[in-house]
Amino acid sequence: MDTMTVIAVASICIAGITTGFGTMGPALAEGRAVATALTSLAQQPDASSTITRTLFVGLAMIESTAIYCFVVSMILIFANPFWNYAIAQTAGK
Amino acid sequence: MRLSPDALIYLQWGFVKLNATIVFTWALMLVLTVGSKLITRKLSTGLERSRWQNFLELIVTTIQKQIEEMGLSHPERYLGFLGTLFLFVATASVFTIIPGYEPPTSSLSTTTALALCVFVAAPLFGIKEQGVGGYLRTYIEPTFVMLPFNIIGELSRTLALAVRLFGNMMSGAMIVSILLTIMPFVLPAVMTVLGLLTGMVQAYIFSILAAVYIAAATRARKPRPKPEQKADATAAPAT
Repeated sequence: MDTMTVIAVASICIAGITTGFGTMGPALAEGRAVATALTSLAQQPDASSTITRTLFVGLAMIESTAIYCFVVSMILIFANPFWNYAIAQTAGK
Repeated sequence: MRLSPDALIYLQWGFVKLNATIVFTWALMLVLTVGSKLITRKLSTGLERSRWQNFLELIVTTIQKQIEEMGLSHPERYLGFLGTLFLFVATASVFTIIPGYEPPTSSLSTTTALALCVFVAAPLFGIKEQGVGGYLRTYIEPTFVMLPFNIIGELSRTLALAVRLFGNMMSGAMIVSILLTIMPFVLPAVMTVLGLLTGMVQAYIFSILAAVYIAAATRARKPRPKPEQKADATAAPAT
């Protein structure tokens, strides 16, 4: 297999695996966070605004790790520097 | 497929490029400043108020209350900075309703610039509250060994702010453009509504995190009690 094929196969496979595995952890963590928040809301309904706000901030922090995986996948598919370099090499030849 | 509005260039002189990000940012600035100027031309303090003045007062008092709940005791000092962050990111996301518009926050340049503003603002507010020595002493807060970790923490949370906002905005736009090839009109419309919701949540998160970082920098540090005072406190009740 020549260089271009290797780069293409590696980019495509890893882009899929990155998003696939990368979103599992944050999804589990967000589920646990919401479950705990609902339990504490049921125990103390008058603190609901503080609990809700803290829940949303925590969910955004957990979500950012999933967003990092998504950004890496997008870069591999749409703005891949190795692919661009290989294309430039073959175009120059 | 375009990854960000940076690639859509309208005019170019040498290396100065006028791309879609800059044009849409200017349009947002125009709408926000001209709108506010028109509404605040004739402010009234009586019971008779125009609808738009009520709307602006609602926004300002809500933001002020949120800043106060984050632990900042004088919210009017930080209202300008934090309120502008929230309003800019929120209107950038809401205007996706207009066809042909791309939010400037879906470009890494804009979000990095906003995150750098927060990175500079937190130490500035901290120095204004505690002086240069007092603020620098917070970097060696628990022990001296924590100095590199505190610095790395500052840099990484700035990076996280930028990438979080960029990722959320860019993914919304990209998913809509990919779904256009699968099922036109229905699915992209639903995803655009979801994008509006996440845009507002991300605007709120960005400004709340900025408020938390500023609160952490301006918190008054309690001096630790000396050992003789603690011994006196335990010996006194015996008498």
